[in-house]
Amino acid sequence: MTTPVVEVARAVAGYDDRVVLRDVSLAVEAGEVVAILGANGSGKSTLVRAILRLVPLISGRVALFGDPRFRSWQRIGYVPQRLGAGAGVPATVREVVGSGLVARRGIFRLPGAADRAAVSNALAAVGLADRAGDPVASLSGGQQQRTLIARALAGRPDLLVLDEPTAGVDAASQAAFAGALRTFVDGGGTVLLVAHELGPLAPLVSRCVVVHNGTIAHDGDVPEPAGHHADPGHDHVHPHAPADPPGMWGA
Amino acid sequence: MSIFANEFMIRAFIGAVVIGLTAPALGIYLVQRRMSLIGDGVGHVALTGVGVGLLLDRSPVLTAVIVSAAGAVAIELIRERGRTSGDLALALLFYGGIAGGVMLVGLSGSRSNANLMTYLFGSLATTSRSDLIVIIVLGAVVLGLALGLRPALFAASHDEEYARVSGLPVRALNLLVAVMTAVTVTISMRAVGLLLVSALMVVPVATAQQVARGFVATLGLAMVLGVAAAGSGVWLAWEIDTALGATIVVLAIAGFVVVALAVAVTRALRRRAALRAGPAPVPAAEPHEVLLDRR
Repeated sequence: MTTPVVEVARAVAGYDDRVVLRDVSLAVEAGEVVAILGANGSGKSTLVRAILRLVPLISGRVALFGDPRFRSWQRIGYVPQRLGAGAGVPATVREVVGSGLVARRGIFRLPGAADRAAVSNALAAVGLADRAGDPVASLSGGQQQRTLIARALAGRPDLLVLDEPTAGVDAASQAAFAGALRTFVDGGGTVLLVAHELGPLAPLVSRCVVVHNGTIAHDGDVPEPAGHHADPGHDHVHPHAPADPPGMWGA
Repeated sequence: MSIFANEFMIRAFIGAVVIGLTAPALGIYLVQRRMSLIGDGVGHVALTGVGVGLLLDRSPVLTAVIVSAAGAVAIELIRERGRTSGDLALALLFYGGIAGGVMLVGLSGSRSNANLMTYLFGSLATTSRSDLIVIIVLGAVVLGLALGLRPALFAASHDEEYARVSGLPVRALNLLVAVMTAVTVTISMRAVGLLLVSALMVVPVATAQQVARGFVATLGLAMVLGVAAAGSGVWLAWEIDTALGATIVVLAIAGFVVVALAVAVTRALRRRAALRAGPAPVPAAEPHEVLLDRR
């Protein structure tokens, strides 16, 4: 048996005194596309954030690529829910995507021709090549999401971790996004994604994990949508709290 | 008499230009992290360092660098926790810093009041030869780091969480920015003054980001604006005999207002021209990203 890319064993995690994940175990094998589904507040985002060490474990164990003391972060491409609001210092699409290469290159080196080519390729893969020089704030939400995926893809990771990549994203962007993901999977990549609903990603997903109340309620085939969720026209979009609470220095 | 007939004016001019380049190059990372006021807080803490230096009869620049660096690191560690109580901790640090500084300067000697004013608001005549060497050397170090580590500092300031997952040493980079802030505040205090240093870190960036499309463009333009404000501030302060720091900051803010007005006028003219040209072809609109109240 091969080493799982992601291995979570009896993980308990939370914020301050509030336990969000209770005794969760999960393994993702190389080449799998695993979707983590669940309602708002179920703990699905916390699970992914615990895997990425953004939320500390209270107990249990997380190993990445078989290593509990994983440090080769360049093997992981992370796509957060959305771009932080920023403080208004403009950044171009190319600059944001290029920031995905800094750790891989080393912080004391300036980008070279290979890095510029990697950024261009990643932008082409998500269909944003023509927006490279535009300020990222001038893009639609869906295009910003694609920028974040390009940033993750630019470093050519082995594992992509996406936190609700398609929530509230327009159809054109969802299609471009699914295409980029398919190319990544066909190239041997592993994907772990958090979602409300799968939409155009459904054909790509090989396994679904449903998180409910901080525990895993289902692990296996893609469940059929039920009730009004099954309507062809159902657009499952939730309003989100601001991703970035104003800092202590105010906005 | 020509402005450059005096040696101290030449020193003031060189010092101001170095600060005008350095302060915005570092300040852009503070603005990006929504910490525009951090320089002000570090300036408050630096005053205690000045007081310690005067009291011990040592170089106030050296003691100010040490004390304000320690303060800046403490502020960064409090910020990292990201708790509301951090707000109060910062207030304690800031007011403790300035109150301690005023007391220590007062204890240090009879000329202390005039002395205190030059540290708080800067002065043309106080940049000594050894001060200038310190300003140039430390300014060059901060400028070199702020520009040389730009990709990493940009990544860590733009999206801290992503930077952490991508494997960047985010904490070390944040502490580096904190220490560089302290150094910039301290080298700027002789010319611009501790209470106004922060303006030179923030205002040129605020001006530049109104017209620039990207980060590098904002950085370059902010440095040009910083040098322009600092250089012309030395000349104007000499001509009309005003406090140097205040003059530089007023010029920088005047630049901000002019650019803001120009941007607003250009936008209005463009809109009017577009209206006159007739209805624009409706772009293939993307649906709203978040649909509320959908039944």
